[in-house]
Amino acid sequence: MAEKYDLQEREVWDGNFAASQALRQAQVDVVAAYPITPSTPIVENYGNYVANGYIDGEFVMVESEHAAMSGCVGASAAGGRVSTATSSQGFALMAEVLYQASGMRLPIVLNVVNRALASPLNVRGDHADMYLGRDSGWIQLDAFNAQEAYDLALCAFRIGENHNVRLPVMVHQDGFITSHTAQNVYPLADEVAYNFVGDFQPVDDMLDFSRPVTYGAQTEEDWHFEHKARQHKALMDSRPIIDEVFADFEKVSGRKYNRVETYDMEDAEVAIVALGTTVETARVAAKELRAEEGIKAGVVAIRCFRPFPFDNVRDALENVKSVAVLDRSSPGGAMGAFFNEVSAALYTTANRPLVTNFIYGLGGRDFSIAEAKRIFKEQKAHADAGYITTDIQQFSGLRGPTLGFFQTKRG
Amino acid sequence: MQDLKLLANDNRGQRGLESGSSLEGWHEVTQGCILPSFEGDATGIALKKAEERTYSNHNSYTATVASWRVKKPVFNIDVCIDCQNCWVWCPDSSILSRDKQMLGIDYDHCKGCEVCVEVCPTNPKSLLMFSEYTPLDEALSQWPEKKKKEK
Ligand code: SF4
Ligand code: SF4
Repeated sequence: MAEKYDLQEREVWDGNFAASQALRQAQVDVVAAYPITPSTPIVENYGNYVANGYIDGEFVMVESEHAAMSGCVGASAAGGRVSTATSSQGFALMAEVLYQASGMRLPIVLNVVNRALASPLNVRGDHADMYLGRDSGWIQLDAFNAQEAYDLALCAFRIGENHNVRLPVMVHQDGFITSHTAQNVYPLADEVAYNFVGDFQPVDDMLDFSRPVTYGAQTEEDWHFEHKARQHKALMDSRPIIDEVFADFEKVSGRKYNRVETYDMEDAEVAIVALGTTVETARVAAKELRAEEGIKAGVVAIRCFRPFPFDNVRDALENVKSVAVLDRSSPGGAMGAFFNEVSAALYTTANRPLVTNFIYGLGGRDFSIAEAKRIFKEQKAHADAGYITTDIQQFSGLRGPTLGFFQTKRG
Repeated sequence: MQDLKLLANDNRGQRGLESGSSLEGWHEVTQGCILPSFEGDATGIALKKAEERTYSNHNSYTATVASWRVKKPVFNIDVCIDCQNCWVWCPDSSILSRDKQMLGIDYDHCKGCEVCVEVCPTNPKSLLMFSEYTPLDEALSQWPEKKKKEK
């Protein structure tokens, strides 16, 4: 059995260390990985834990991220608890195999430390890779700080390995801002964490020689549609199970997670919708604005990006007057992807709030409390006017002349 | 002559290309398209001969791809030296070989690629391509003579 690892009640960990500790406590059997900034330390630490006897696992070194995810697919199909980590270009290189993992219903846990996609080359954070994975059939959870990166990684194993779910899960954290900033993290004791995650119970494992199975079958038009429908249904049906796992996690940790996290939304008139570390910045801005100027500002944060919590987003926002959706990814010739999803949820409400789209923070550009306040104030101006008074899509924090697109007919 | 007994296996090629089995709804398809290869407990099945195995309905053994073929290889046992070259090279495991003896071709899974003919070292070759519709005995009656080496 594995060596005992000394843990304090409170540790000072960065997000990468926190995620790797979750892998240690879940006693992951196989990690197949290729290093990429800023996620490298997660798998590096796993390698250390294996080398030092803290895990009875296997660290598989491969020649690329495509091979890393392929190795994970093989190990997971063989019947092991499997995890890896990646970022940016590495994530892009994995993309093909991500669909294999979800289509084969393999509960792999992938820690994604979000980083911009080249070109130009950039190691800093934005959400381009997160959005790239949004149709891959994986469950996507988003951590806003190091504590959450640890907590959600533990939850990810529980969710993905649930026999009614059987889907791979990504846990996102922001490159450098979360992954390389040390914060207080309160870990669970090893036994508590392992008991929460539970023993791995494989389904259709290939190493069961009494019942050999075929993985990766070909279906063509005869059955492809049915299999994709079943996969989508499984993803949609994972929502109550994610809630259940979050509730169980609260019992062992005292920390409560929701698929949609709301802050000061009870009486909010204007709101920011965001992902990642931006959420905490927006919360501080909302709190200060309420105290300073009496603007009823609130924040809606998406914890579970896939399956998208369409109805919870709608419920959280239907009574505000004006909403800013913050996309930390280049929109690529459209409104931001996140804007489109949030707007779709609001379109079905009676009182359709005004919605604007801010493109911000690309390639690690800072997002400040002052900027969040500016956005809130602009929402307040829309709310007071009763229509969107600016361009619907704006680039926030960009050097040079302002850049914005599309206006309402009314403006 | 080929060993036709080996071809006459209840389970082989029962599903044609288009026929499909009974049509299921999306809620009935196996999750992840993970298909069992055999019915029941398959412990030690690797040691059994193909015709004794309990292939499941999902196994490609039970599906025929014969219609993909334009020309078929015909096997002549009288010339064959059981070198197993064809068995090694066939990309579709369609050479029927038992106890190192070449016995014929599994026409349910042979796609007519001609690789087996290409690698057969005998003179004349023990495998030759014929039109799909040529009866076996007719093909065998047309078998060429041994070619003399050119001086
Ligand atoms: S023609 Fe091709 S598929 Fe058919 S038996 Fe020969 S090698 Fe195999
Ligand atoms: S390659 Fe030719 S000689 Fe060798 S086993 Fe096959 S048919 Fe017989």
